[in-house]
Formats: sequence, C-alpha cells, structure tokens
Amino acid sequence: MVDTPVSETKPAPQMTRLQRWWDSDFMYSFRHAPVAVVSFIAVVVLVMAAVCAPLIAPYDPFNPATLNLMNGFTAPGEANAFTGESFFLGTDDQGRDVFSTILYGMRISLFVGFSAVLLAMVLGVFLGLVAGYVGGWTETIIMRVADVQLTFPAILVAMLIFGIAKGITPAEYRDQMAIWVLILAIGLSDWVQFARVVRGTTLVEKNKEYVQAAKLIGRSPLAIMLRHILPNVLSPVLVIATISLALAIIAEATLSFLGVGAPPTKPSLGTLIRIGQEFMFSGEWWILLFPAGTLLALALSINLLGDWLRDALNPRMR
Amino acid sequence: MIGPPLSLKPHMDAAFGGTTDMFGYIMRRVAQSALVLLVVGFVAFAMFRFVGDPIDNMLGQERTLEDIERLRAQLGLDDSFLVQYYRFLEQAVQGNFGLSYRQGREVSEILLERLPATLELAFVSGLLALFGGIVLGIFTAIRKRGVSSSIIMSVSLIGVSLPTFLIGVLLIYLFSVGVDLPFAIPMLWFETEAWSSFGLVWIENTSLGLPSFGRGDVVEIGGWTTGFLTESGLKALILPAITLGLYQMTLIMRLVRTEMLEVLRMDYIRFARARGIRSRVINFRHALKNTLVPVITITGLQLGSIIAFAIITETVFQWPGVGLLFINAIQFVDIPVMAAYLMMISVMFVGINLIVDMLYFAIDPRLRVDRGGSN
Repeated sequence: MVDTPVSETKPAPQMTRLQRWWDSDFMYSFRHAPVAVVSFIAVVVLVMAAVCAPLIAPYDPFNPATLNLMNGFTAPGEANAFTGESFFLGTDDQGRDVFSTILYGMRISLFVGFSAVLLAMVLGVFLGLVAGYVGGWTETIIMRVADVQLTFPAILVAMLIFGIAKGITPAEYRDQMAIWVLILAIGLSDWVQFARVVRGTTLVEKNKEYVQAAKLIGRSPLAIMLRHILPNVLSPVLVIATISLALAIIAEATLSFLGVGAPPTKPSLGTLIRIGQEFMFSGEWWILLFPAGTLLALALSINLLGDWLRDALNPRMR
Repeated sequence: MIGPPLSLKPHMDAAFGGTTDMFGYIMRRVAQSALVLLVVGFVAFAMFRFVGDPIDNMLGQERTLEDIERLRAQLGLDDSFLVQYYRFLEQAVQGNFGLSYRQGREVSEILLERLPATLELAFVSGLLALFGGIVLGIFTAIRKRGVSSSIIMSVSLIGVSLPTFLIGVLLIYLFSVGVDLPFAIPMLWFETEAWSSFGLVWIENTSLGLPSFGRGDVVEIGGWTTGFLTESGLKALILPAITLGLYQMTLIMRLVRTEMLEVLRMDYIRFARARGIRSRVINFRHALKNTLVPVITITGLQLGSIIAFAIITETVFQWPGVGLLFINAIQFVDIPVMAAYLMMISVMFVGINLIVDMLYFAIDPRLRVDRGGSN
C-alpha cells in the first residue's frame, strides 16, 4: 500500500480500508474498553492453543504407544518417582499429560461449540427470516414451535435429543457418532433465540423502501430475504451468536460431564472434569482443577466479550 | 447483563398492548398450554413407537413369526397411528407409562418414589435463590458505587459463567474433601459479660465435613420421604441446595438491581426524599414494592428451570431424585422412564407458566381495570 505523492500532499489523505476500520466507532469503543481487549486476547490465545494443539502439546494423549502407566498421578512440575519424568501440569491416572489433554479437550469443546452455534444460527436465522417475511400460517407454525420449545430449558431439550438419537443409532456407531449427535442436540436446542430476534427485525425491515424497491424490480422473495434483509439484521445475530457460543460450550461440558456427551476416547473439557472429579477425594487435585479453570476462563472471556459486543452494537447504548 | 435475556414473554406484551380482556386472555393461555402438552405427548409417544421396537423389548431371542404377529395384534400395534396416539394419551392421563426397561417396575411407581427428593431440593434452593437474590440485589442497588457492591457484581459475573456442575464439584472439593488452605477469620471473642477482645481465628483446612453424596437419613411420612427432620438429612441438603440455587440467585440479584435502580430514578421517590422520609422507609416500602412484580414472575418461570437443572445437581451429588433417574434412563435408553419424565416435567412447566401469567393480574392492579374505560 504505497501512497502516491499526490495523495500525500492532499489535506485529507485517502485512508486504507484497514485504517478506516481501525478508526471506526466500533473499534474506538473496543480500544477504550480494557475488559473487552483482555477478554478478546484471552479468547484468541485459547482458540489458537486449541487449533494448534498438535504443535504445542508436548505429548499425544491419544496415542497409547507414547503413554507410560508408570507416569500416572505425577504432580505438576514434580519428577515422577519411578520414571523421573516431569510434567508441566502433572499427569492423570493413565499417565497422560494433563496439559496435552486439556489442549486436545479444548479443541473438541470449541469444535462442538462453534458447530452447534453455526447450526443454530443458520437454522434460526433462516426460519426467522421466513417467518417474518412470509407471515401467515408459516409464521404461526414456526413461532408456535419456538414457543413450545422455549417452555423448556435448552439443556433439557439437548439431553432429550441426545437420548433419542442414541436410541436410534446402532450401538457400534454410538461412540463415533457422539460428537455429531452432540452438535445436533445443542444446535437444535438453541435456534429459537436467533429466530425470534431475526423475525422481529425482519418485520420492521420488510416495510422499508429498499425492500419495496427490490420487490418492484422483480427480485424473488428468497433473494430479497438473503441479499437485502439479511445484511440488515446481522448485528443482533452476531451478539446472540457470541453469547450462544459461551452457552454452547457450557452445555457441551455439562452433557459430557453427565456422561451423555463426548465419549472417554475423545474427551472434551467436560469429560476431563468428569474424570478429574473421581480423583478429587484422593488428593490428585490437578486432574480436576486445571481443566475446570480452562473451561471457566473460556466461558468467562467469551461471555465478557459478548457483553461488550451487545453494548457496542446497540445504537441506544452509545 | 450476561445470561439469557430476562424480558417478559412477548405474547404477554402483545396481550396487554392490545386488550386487557382477562377472561379471554386466560382462556387463550389454557388452550395454548393444552396444545403444548399435546405436542409433548406426541414426542413422548413417537419415542415409544420409533426408538427401538417394543416387540424386541418384550420377546426374547427364541421368538417365532407367529409370536410376533400375535403380540402385535394383541398390543394393537397394527392399528393406525392416530388410534395408537389416542390410546397412549388415554393411558398417560391416568399416569400409566408401562414398565421401565431397566428396572422392570411400574414407571409411575418409581417416579413417585423419587419425586420427594427432587421437590425438597428444588424448594430449598428456590427459597435460597429468592431471598439471597433479593437481599443482594437491594444492597447493590442502594450502594451503587460502593466497593462491596462492585465486588458482588464481579463475583456474580463469574458465577454466571460457572456451569452448575462445576459449582457443585468445586463446593464438594472445598467443603467436603477440604483443602489445606490456611486463612483467618476476624472474630470478636465473647466472654462472660461483654466482648473483651478482637482476634483472628486460623482455619487450617476448609473442610466442613459436609456429605458429598446422597440424602442422609430420611423419615417417611405417608409415602413422602423427607430429609428435613434428621440432622444428616439437613446436612446433606446444604451443598446441593447452594449448587442449584446459586445461578438462579445471580439472575434474581441482577434483575432486582436493575429494576431497583430504575425505580429509584422515578419522580415519586425523589419527592419522597424531598419530603424528608427516611431512606430506609423509601428503599423498602416505596421502592421495593414496585420492584417485586417482575421479580416474582421471573422467579416463577425460573422454578421450572430449577427442576430441570436439578438433573445436573442430582448427578453431581448422587441425589436420589427424578433427575438422576432421567440421566440414567438416557444412558441406558430406557424409553418409558424418559417419556414419563418428559410428560411429568412438562405438566409442571406448563402449570407454573399458567399460574405465573395469572399472577400478573393478581399482583399488578393496573392490569385489572379495563383500559378502554380509563381513556
């Protein structure tokens, strides 16, 4: 991006897109909210650590060849009594490095969280757009289903979907399918929020002139919904998606902790806490507390970020 | 604010924005509730019908085709879908959900046996959440800029991000297992007459020796088992009740705080202050009263989620209630128990929602007068 001499001499120099973005109201309020900056950095660090787990993790906790049962129950930072090896955050009962299992576990937690929110978002936004734009019977049916589902807490709906899906899938595939069933269960339990907000905004937007204009030039309803209305309802969707991500990660951890989620062969943070809880009584606190702290840090920083985002994107709060 | 939005239900707003015809509104809500129950009943029935084959569950390995045919006809599985659904509803209304696949006993019998444990737990944690939430909410609203308020608010933020199961596990770790975490509590020493000295009590280990699983000893009174009457029963209740109530408490606290701050800005409060009424009277008699309407309704709605979140708490503490039963049923795909639990909990939810909606009319006198007349 080399500026030409002409533009340099001008009183108001042409800003690059990056500069304009950096100077926007949105980024200004971000730079001046220390909580948002810190939580954003925390989220980025945690997500990067999870994505790069194979590069960072000192051990591969799921490769039995690298495990040594003699290393079991090594306290963090101390040398093992038998092998003399030492581990940053200690090891669990099977001699797996806790630090590595947390990195890989976070990968699964984040994968399930992101996928479930994506599913809920696509489904909810689409149904909300249709309900708001088409109206009539379609709207009544969609919103009644949403009302019925909203009568029940999302975690209960997710448990139920998980239970039914488990009953349908053949026993030998259950462990392989568990992650996908989990995504389906959490995603389907969470679409209502998106649908309600998008429907509300769509009802307002569809009477505006640009939609009338698009109708006049003969664009199809689907095109009007996706190309014209959708971009204008996205900012509340972004806020709900962020908060939903924290809720989805917590929901996944809860289900896995209850033993109706990720299988022990593919442990998520919730499964790790479930395992760690068993050793709490015998004094091996690190197996429990490190995964628990990671989960808390993840949920808290995403929550704080979503909280800030809600205020920043809400024009009335400025 | 973090967490699910605490807005009143939109259909309520719609109903009150248009007409305040109370009878018509309640009738509409009753019809809606019936519809919800029919839909849930359909889901429960579909689970029976399509998840696994009931014939498989009843006949063993050595069955003949004739056996299967005979049983199909006998059970009425050849009838049309709607006829079967009707029959299912007929049985469900009478509380008959058949036998548990896993325990081989009547599902309704198992549920009734387990229900008191869950209801007692939900009751205690609901009370805890309500009182704790209201007290802390008022406190943080009145001392808006105080240090202690901001500490409470920050802690509540962490509380919202902590999953229920983690709260339970950490409570067990701290107060049941115990950590060697020496800390001091400032104490006044009471001696014979007046207090004589001020000092620190050192506590070496955080364990309070609280039980981490089960209900303790229970007393049976006419088919209802209660843990309220024995010491071990009460002790066993402490940690689960806190676990279950904490999240609701933070929600209620934040709600009370927001509402209270809003009310305290109103003109009538300012006038009351100008008239020189003591601030305690203003805060508690004038302001609190007007905060309570949304609080009571939201608390009512939260009661439903307390019962649902009891599933998690009961699993952490191995509390022998219906939630633990449900989780075990999911793990073993015990369809009759799952269906019966679903029906039971939806009757509770729908009932609570209905009562809460009617409470609006009872609590807020403005809704009772016909708006058309006052114009």
